[in-house]
Amino acid sequence: MLYINVQKSEAMEHVITINNNQLSFTPGQTILDVAADNNIYIPTLCHLKHASPTKTCRVCVVEMQGEDDLIEACATPAENGMIIHSESHRVIQERKQIIATLLNTGNHNCSIRNLDPQDWTQFQMNVHQADQGNPLCPVWGDCELQDLAYMYQVQTEAVDAVPCQYETERANPFIIRDFSRCILCGRCIKACNEIQVNNAIEFGYEGVDAKIIAGNDVTLKESECVFCGECLQACPVGALVPEQPYRHDRFIDTVKTRTTCSYCGVGCQMDIYAQNNRIVKIDGADDDLAPNYGSLCVKGRFGYDFVGSEHRLTTPMLRKNGELEPVSWDEAINFVATRFNEIKDQYGPDTMGVLTSARITNEDNYMSQKFARGVLKTNNVDHCARL
Amino acid sequence: MTNTIADIETADVIIVTGSNTTENHPVLSSFMKRATKRGAKLYVIEPRKIKLTEYATKWLRQEPGRDISWINGMMRVILKEDLHDKAFIEKRTENFEALKEAVEPYTPEFVESITGIKADDLIEVAREFAKADAATLCYCMGITQHICGTDNVKSLANLSMLCGHLGKPGGGVNPLRGQNNVQGACDMGGLPNVFTAYQKVDDDKARNSYEQAWDITGLSGTPGLPVTEMIDKAYKGEFKSLFIIGENPLVSDPDLNHARKAMEKLELMVVQDIFLTETAQIADVVLPSLCFAEKNGTFTNSERRIQRVRKAVEPPEGPWEDWKIITAIASKMGVPMDYEGPEQIFEEIRQVTPSYRGVTWERIEHLGIHWPCPETSHEGTPILHTMQFTRGKGLFHAISHVIPAETPDEEYPYILTTGRILYHYHTGTMTMKTSGLNMLAPECFVEISSNDAQKLNLEDGSMVDVSSRRGTIQAKVEVSPKAVDGTVFIPFHFASAAANTLTNAKLDPTAKIPEFKVCAIKLEQPATA
Ligand code: SF4
Ligand code: SF4
Repeated sequence: MLYINVQKSEAMEHVITINNNQLSFTPGQTILDVAADNNIYIPTLCHLKHASPTKTCRVCVVEMQGEDDLIEACATPAENGMIIHSESHRVIQERKQIIATLLNTGNHNCSIRNLDPQDWTQFQMNVHQADQGNPLCPVWGDCELQDLAYMYQVQTEAVDAVPCQYETERANPFIIRDFSRCILCGRCIKACNEIQVNNAIEFGYEGVDAKIIAGNDVTLKESECVFCGECLQACPVGALVPEQPYRHDRFIDTVKTRTTCSYCGVGCQMDIYAQNNRIVKIDGADDDLAPNYGSLCVKGRFGYDFVGSEHRLTTPMLRKNGELEPVSWDEAINFVATRFNEIKDQYGPDTMGVLTSARITNEDNYMSQKFARGVLKTNNVDHCARL
Repeated sequence: MTNTIADIETADVIIVTGSNTTENHPVLSSFMKRATKRGAKLYVIEPRKIKLTEYATKWLRQEPGRDISWINGMMRVILKEDLHDKAFIEKRTENFEALKEAVEPYTPEFVESITGIKADDLIEVAREFAKADAATLCYCMGITQHICGTDNVKSLANLSMLCGHLGKPGGGVNPLRGQNNVQGACDMGGLPNVFTAYQKVDDDKARNSYEQAWDITGLSGTPGLPVTEMIDKAYKGEFKSLFIIGENPLVSDPDLNHARKAMEKLELMVVQDIFLTETAQIADVVLPSLCFAEKNGTFTNSERRIQRVRKAVEPPEGPWEDWKIITAIASKMGVPMDYEGPEQIFEEIRQVTPSYRGVTWERIEHLGIHWPCPETSHEGTPILHTMQFTRGKGLFHAISHVIPAETPDEEYPYILTTGRILYHYHTGTMTMKTSGLNMLAPECFVEISSNDAQKLNLEDGSMVDVSSRRGTIQAKVEVSPKAVDGTVFIPFHFASAAANTLTNAKLDPTAKIPEFKVCAIKLEQPATA
């Protein structure tokens, strides 16, 4: 009995109320953490999981009973007895305001800004003009700001976009930096400095000149950047986009497959996105999933062109008159089997060897050694891992 | 690895040696870098001033190939200052007295004279390592690719055991595996002396159970040859055929001229790969296979976690899966093998592999499991040796240092050390198909210090001839702050200027790993510059 009482009173000390739900929490958790654990949605833009609060966007504001100002859920630790409203009228008004401001200060030419359903043509024209003839934003349909605008039904006034003073950077092969769409949330900075700890980018300049800068405002290529793409994966809008032009095909079905990176021994979990049987993007899997918790490096994220490469071998080949010539599988298998048997009979199994691989799967490796031991009857099997 | 990757972030002290972690295991290096942000001490013990030294509490610079000396030196400091974990040593280890005796000569001053590491630095790191609640040792090929590679590894184990840092979170001895499935290839018996899960081929019991499981008789009980010895035998004409699956030894092997001649003497060379690699080009038969994104299966990562590989795209028409090619050849040779697919093969693996027995594809659908996992109710083993070592008690090894097989002399006055760079992988067959990676790292380079460049009158970006006793290559000079006077670094990825033309094929007598990390070279202006 006593035991139960202690349990109860201890648990009682860590309870907050969100939207009339009494929720227990672990000390150290923020309001946002508690909400997330309990499937209560609080929108965020600058917040990055596993990093310290950035506190730039304020979109996560909530109302706390007894507190005059709205507070940021991402940066406020849960305290016993707090009573929180995450979707009150006041909260929603504030969020609408924040979203509208973000939309208006950048080149967000999705159908959100200036949307006038009566004048579609004019809208299209504006879009083209603002984008120097380019079609819609490359992440249209895959943008957290756009999602929020829809969710909170933000209709911005017909405000002209402020032309961006910084030119889009395309000086490296992987990451496009389009400053005109940057909302300065700083999530990329957190990703770079706190998750990957590459310390390549930071906030630069003040006020209307504010910009995410690499080094002392050089291109990524000239900076400490190692092209891990963590920032790209973190960017909630279309400011950091991959150079790979897949987004032009954004209306084509994309198939996502979870798999393991095939480069180094970390074995990062990744999501491969394919369109028309071509890999168009690779992202780190789930940020709560070991071993990489959502991170990848440059090889894992961008080094996939070999998969569909035109240089791939497609047919077995046999050396005839000094040249490798294409043959059928039947002929190749027959030849190899016959020759292996002949050599085995003539010289003995221990003059034969199999080099298996540190790159192929366990299943394939198992078959290689089974082949050496069970078919050739030799233990001459090794791989090049030591090399 | 004895511990997990995530575990590194929880260590109080991290020693990294023989690993250029930010370039070779970039995502793993983040765990180290984040640990330092939290206040952990990071010591990097490396011949080159690699990127990670910028995050380090201290960088200790040893002459290449002199690792046993500094490790013994640290242990001596720890013993002299009475900082060793007596309870752990008493309960969990044996042969402690021999160790004590072996490290006695390694005074900090003696170590400094061999390794170049300052006596004070050695003492500081030894103290911090011993006093930490949990301290981890991470290493890679810079430790293993030496004639004394096995002894290097044993020495690190000595150091960790001495301080009781094994078998607990944040501790351990952690080899970082270079290639994605090195761990798996070893676990699966892709080694000359063992079946799966390191069951010895000369153990009658293991062999019998294999014969039964496979329904094949007459398995050989004689351990086979490691790759380096197969090549040597082939060179002498005593080896007749090689079946090479997914490897490119003609760029990755040491002393390439020798390896090429050896392969040319084979009666039959079959290469199975996804590209026409340098090795495939001289094969008698080339068999096209599938890449990781086109097939299902499993990889086992550095932390012994068995993870799923899934088909993300349809393969091109023509190539077959590796296992399918192998079973087709086997069946044709009169040993019928019939599998529906990789999952059925995995089921067979489980039957014959005690440490994998509890893992099923279903169980690792979302999250991989660390072996050993002996049964399906077992959660896997993230940290090894928590209760006892594989052999029961941990054995201290009394080890003395040796000098690299080849040291600089008048004719070849520089030390060459080889390795990898961030933007490429192994022999480049995969990464060099991505133009962006080639743009960032287009070609081979010879990394030297500015002092050496000046001395040799070499300009950054100019070409230089690099020669060893075994061959010559030409590549671009890269004057770099990473280089230390007297030591030159060349990445081995590039076939057109293959660093392994220069390297020494001298082997570690136990692990048969060549000494890639040290050989003597000279640098000269190209004759036709
Ligand atoms: S790619 Fe990686 S290193 Fe470069 S800025 Fe982005 S997060 Fe930083
Ligand atoms: S993404 Fe990079 S760090 Fe991760 S497994 Fe692949 S190569 Fe290794």
